[in-house]
Amino acid sequence: MRSNSDSYSHNRRDSASYPKSFVAGRWGAIVAGGALAAFGLSRRSGGGLALAIAGGGIALAGAKARPYLEPFSAHSSILVNCSREEAFQRWSKFEDFPRFMHHVESVTNLGDGRYRWVAVGPADTPVQWDAQVETIRENELIEWHTLPNSQITVNGRVEFTKEPDERGTSIHVSIEFAPPAGPLGYSVASLFGKDPSFLIRQDLRRFKALLEAGEVPTTEGQPHGPRSAAIAALRFVNPDRPPRKEPRLSENLESQRGIA
Amino acid sequence: MKAVCWLGIEKMSVETVPDPEIINPRDAIVRITSTAICGSDLHLYNGYVPTMEQGDIMGHEFMGEVVEVGPGVNKEKLKIGDRVVVPFTIACGNCFFCKHQLWSCCDNSNPNYWIAEKMMGYSPSGLFGYTHMMGGYAGGQAQFARVPFADVGPLKIPSGIPDDKVLFLSDIFPTGYFGALNCDIKPGDTVAIWGCGPVGQFAIRSAFMLGAERVIAIDRFRYRLQQAEQGGAETINYEEVDSVLGTLKEMTSNIGPDSCMDAVGMEAHGKGLTYLLDKAKQAVKVETDRPLVLRECIQACRKGGTVSVPGVYAGFDDMIPLGAFMNKGLTLKTGQTHMMRFMGDLFQRIQNDEIDPSFVISHRVPIDRAPEMYKIFRDKQDRCTKVVLDPWTNGHAA
Ligand SMILES: NC(=O)c1ccc[n+]([C@@H]2O[C@H](COP(=O)([O-])OP(=O)(O)OC[C@H]3O[C@@H](n4cnc5c(N)ncnc54)[C@H](O)[C@@H]3O)[C@@H](O)[C@H]2O)c1
Ligand SMILES: [Zn+2]
Ligand SMILES: [Zn+2]
Repeated sequence: MRSNSDSYSHNRRDSASYPKSFVAGRWGAIVAGGALAAFGLSRRSGGGLALAIAGGGIALAGAKARPYLEPFSAHSSILVNCSREEAFQRWSKFEDFPRFMHHVESVTNLGDGRYRWVAVGPADTPVQWDAQVETIRENELIEWHTLPNSQITVNGRVEFTKEPDERGTSIHVSIEFAPPAGPLGYSVASLFGKDPSFLIRQDLRRFKALLEAGEVPTTEGQPHGPRSAAIAALRFVNPDRPPRKEPRLSENLESQRGIA
Repeated sequence: MKAVCWLGIEKMSVETVPDPEIINPRDAIVRITSTAICGSDLHLYNGYVPTMEQGDIMGHEFMGEVVEVGPGVNKEKLKIGDRVVVPFTIACGNCFFCKHQLWSCCDNSNPNYWIAEKMMGYSPSGLFGYTHMMGGYAGGQAQFARVPFADVGPLKIPSGIPDDKVLFLSDIFPTGYFGALNCDIKPGDTVAIWGCGPVGQFAIRSAFMLGAERVIAIDRFRYRLQQAEQGGAETINYEEVDSVLGTLKEMTSNIGPDSCMDAVGMEAHGKGLTYLLDKAKQAVKVETDRPLVLRECIQACRKGGTVSVPGVYAGFDDMIPLGAFMNKGLTLKTGQTHMMRFMGDLFQRIQNDEIDPSFVISHRVPIDRAPEMYKIFRDKQDRCTKVVLDPWTNGHAA
């Protein structure tokens, strides 16, 4: 499977069975939020971003209200300036995924191609599932699927293709996701409540930055002057807000950095 | 530390904020010795570029001394104690765009790339102190700055050469040069340059360096036009002629300048109905820019010529004469400057005494006076061309 843009397909099967008002409310929020975001981005005032984030926030809230009880899949791809071998190797170390998958807390190798995933769930409750690597074709493809008895199902597939003229390697990721039924489904779904393609794309951007630049760009933790309360609150609904506090290099690598 | 913070439209304030720290392995911390206010900062001051937030630290033209380096910085390229000029574009050094020397298009330096993608399709590089859409990095109108990917951008400067001579390698000298390079100058060429601000001034001098026969500079402030003349340009005061277009025709035997440069950008001043219309649209946010000069450049350029746009535009513009552009077969070249392509060469030219960039400096003041200087620079009062701030001396009004 290969496509140049991100795609997100929702299983249409039961969307018709939701109450009309629910569906209308949801799309109303998404549409209004989107328009607000667009307007905010083109506004002159400093409230511009605030509005944009607020708009985005409303749109996300709209998306979040989606009762993710049916399976869906999401896809994204990215070009990385590295060899296929390097991309494949880095992706084969499942334990390192949290470095670029910000919603994943840890991946533990259980042996025999089995891995335990723990993700940051709503209100800091961890969500966990076990996955089995199903197909592995050196430098080409990795596929994994969730084992039975997991809280949720997250099946993944990543493919590596060489681009011409030393441009590097294209990485294509597809994720299939199925939450469990019942209240747990709702709470777990909010973990993926943001646009799933956006989340995958964010992860891929970070993977690319790690490979190409050796680090993920950030401004978290830099100084600034007084912020208004409104801005601070709106930062909270920023779709890119890190789900967990990043360990600060300044704290971790005290001995390694040089200070005049 | 002290830092110039944006608190809202036309509201700058010097605040005491925490010192920056190393956040990523390839970061360095620079103790700033000189920093400047740029024409680009005026677009933020006036509130025309979206995604500023109250409390953002301003500034992207700075230099100083490296006082701290992260463990990921290549020690052969940069170490503590080095004196450096920091370019305003932030680049990783290893993505497709960096490999192609398209430094201001780096793929890995803008953490907020997704905001920029909404506006532009794809995101350019991160910039210091220049909106959240462009990364939200704290800027350099401060006593210290955190410099990401510190082994890629900063240019080392030996001691003995004063800050004033090299500070503008951080932006406007390379920007003027890039603007001139984008004019694709051939021997015998005439280049017309709109805007005699610091960018225009460096563009004039660079155009001659690159072999232009004539440069015609356009502005309305006498003192800036005089400075253009000192650089060898002929000048047009657009307030004293009926039409710039007509005057340029006369001056070029009706063929038109071989290339036209817009060194003014999104806040062009003008007269007549279209100017008022642009101003009104910009005020109610149906148009982000006032592209008067860009329109004029396209109209004025000779057939088959080149339009170069170092002036900054932010969003969406109306009434661009695409008919003229297409039918005359023009070429348009633009971009945030790919800084690292030019800094080394231009530093050599400074060392060879081919040019002394300090000629643009009109004001040197302690950082505490930055807020009032924004206004003076914006309103071109007191023959203001370029303001350099000293982060370390105290002082309000002299
Ligand atoms: N591309 C880049 O990387 C880059 C870097 C730095 C600055 N810039 C941009 O370059 C532009 C100029 O910067 P600056 O520091 O010289 O600013 P500046 O404000 O000092 O100068 C602008 C000049 O343009 C003149 N002007 C206004 N309307 C005009 C018109 N209709 N015709 C002719 N002249 C007109 C003004 O009188 C002024 O002298 C700004 O838009 C700035 O953002 C771009
Ligand atoms: Zn600048
Ligand atoms: Zn790069």
